[in-house]
Amino acid sequence: MPILRVHGMSHDFGGLRAVQDYRLEIETGQIRGLIGPNGAGKTTIFNLLTGIYTPTAGEILLDGRRINGLPAHRIASMGISRTFQNLLLWRHMTVLEHVKLAHYSKIRYGLFGAFFGTPGRNREEAEIEEKALRLLDRMGIRHLAEQVVLNLPYGAQRRVEMARALATEPRILLLDEPTAGMNPEELVQIMEIIRRVHGEFGLSILLIEHRMKVVMELCEIIQTLDFGAVIAEGTPEEIQNNPRVIDAYLGQERRG
Amino acid sequence: MVIFLQNLVNALQWGSFYALIALGYSMVYSILMLFNFAHGDIFMVGAYIGFGVSIGLLALSSSGALAMPNWLILALTILFSMFLTSFVGMIVERVGYRPLRNAPRASAAITGLMIGIILETGNLILLGARRVSFPSLVETTVYNVGGVFVTNKKIMIVLVSLLLTLALHLFVRRTKWGMAMRAMAFDFAVVPLMGVPVNTMIALTFAIGSALAAAAGILFGVAYPVLDPYMGILFGWKAFVAAILGGRGSILGATLAGFLLGFTEIFVAMIFPSTLRDLIAYSIILLILTFRPHGFFGEPYSARLRL
Repeated sequence: MPILRVHGMSHDFGGLRAVQDYRLEIETGQIRGLIGPNGAGKTTIFNLLTGIYTPTAGEILLDGRRINGLPAHRIASMGISRTFQNLLLWRHMTVLEHVKLAHYSKIRYGLFGAFFGTPGRNREEAEIEEKALRLLDRMGIRHLAEQVVLNLPYGAQRRVEMARALATEPRILLLDEPTAGMNPEELVQIMEIIRRVHGEFGLSILLIEHRMKVVMELCEIIQTLDFGAVIAEGTPEEIQNNPRVIDAYLGQERRG
Repeated sequence: MVIFLQNLVNALQWGSFYALIALGYSMVYSILMLFNFAHGDIFMVGAYIGFGVSIGLLALSSSGALAMPNWLILALTILFSMFLTSFVGMIVERVGYRPLRNAPRASAAITGLMIGIILETGNLILLGARRVSFPSLVETTVYNVGGVFVTNKKIMIVLVSLLLTLALHLFVRRTKWGMAMRAMAFDFAVVPLMGVPVNTMIALTFAIGSALAAAAGILFGVAYPVLDPYMGILFGWKAFVAAILGGRGSILGATLAGFLLGFTEIFVAMIFPSTLRDLIAYSIILLILTFRPHGFFGEPYSARLRL
């Protein structure tokens, strides 16, 4: 059974149909790509899957359980996590704090524990810190743990965002243009990280990406979106040779 | 020198009230970018709740059912009233602000003013137009330290307010809720995606701010035992000034600015006729703000992230 199943999902902004009859099935451990020209509705789909928007029509099933209409924090704690195209970090908080806060829904101690520093609270905080540091280690940014995010170079900020997304212990990770603005060296590193987290965490990944090299190398199956509707779906090979895709997107890439 | 020190002691007490109230303004402002103009009146409500609780506890104690020393009554009054007033804050948020979360900021601002008026007049109707006097729970003891008079009340007021501020600081730095609050000062977009229930956090913010205002109200009642339904207005405004002067969301800033306001007022009154106190004191504050428009610890830009 696919871990995430979406069918008939549509979304309107005012009179504009941003997403049209979208369907998706992600198997556990699969890496899928989502490509298409700007404004095709890719990020809107991420916003729908994570509960930022509620779809106008259709159904989103996580493990067979309907999740559309649930508040975003519930969906997050059920195992869907994401990163953002334009790096939404809390600029004046430290790297470690980013990752610790992402554990929020897993923390059990209550307000009483928080105010009076009970042993349970202290033990749990220590555990979380330990976990967070391990995660930072895996992402190669442990040495930056106490740094304020504002001061970090762009590539490191990308890693912080990825670490934060992973700290929610997701089963599905949505990556919105993880290589945007990266230089070739950083690009190779981030691809390595995506491969590694995919392997180590056994994650399913849905990836929005404009760089064809990245999509074609990482993804098993790619969907192409145009004007909010899926116009093609297949392996990298099939997508590259699909005339509709070339017409709507790839050709345009080459021209641009 | 003695006069200076004496005024310093007075200023510390006076600033404590501003600092405690300012924290509530600052926290809400930090998270919602909203001025909760009802906050001064929550201070008033807190003082009245403290009045009610202490009367009740005194009656309970003197009836012999549960004899308690006065210091314990005062401690319990502060704790109970903080607890009860936190619900007033949460109700204000739920009824007044949440429905207007996405409304223009001006609408939310006048909501605060209206809630303030409702709280004031509601109190008038409930308790009548007379002032009530806060029961004297602590015998005043005066210590003469080299010519400077310090009372046990003043020491207690300053200590309690500093303790509460420290507790808030630790809460914001060291707990998951505090961390979530600080993150919410930057955005509402990502925070829920980390599994944080945003509405719960906002309610909690109002609860904590209101509890601190209640503590300020009771401490005020201990120092100046006359309560009236309009006591929160001017106090609220001044604490609001302190919150802005301290910088958005800064606990240290709000506390320092609260004390600074206290100092300025007291020392202006030391030099000039007291009728000129606020005129001169707030002209000075205005001048400071001209040079530091974002307050002491504010950020010089709007930090809110957008999707």
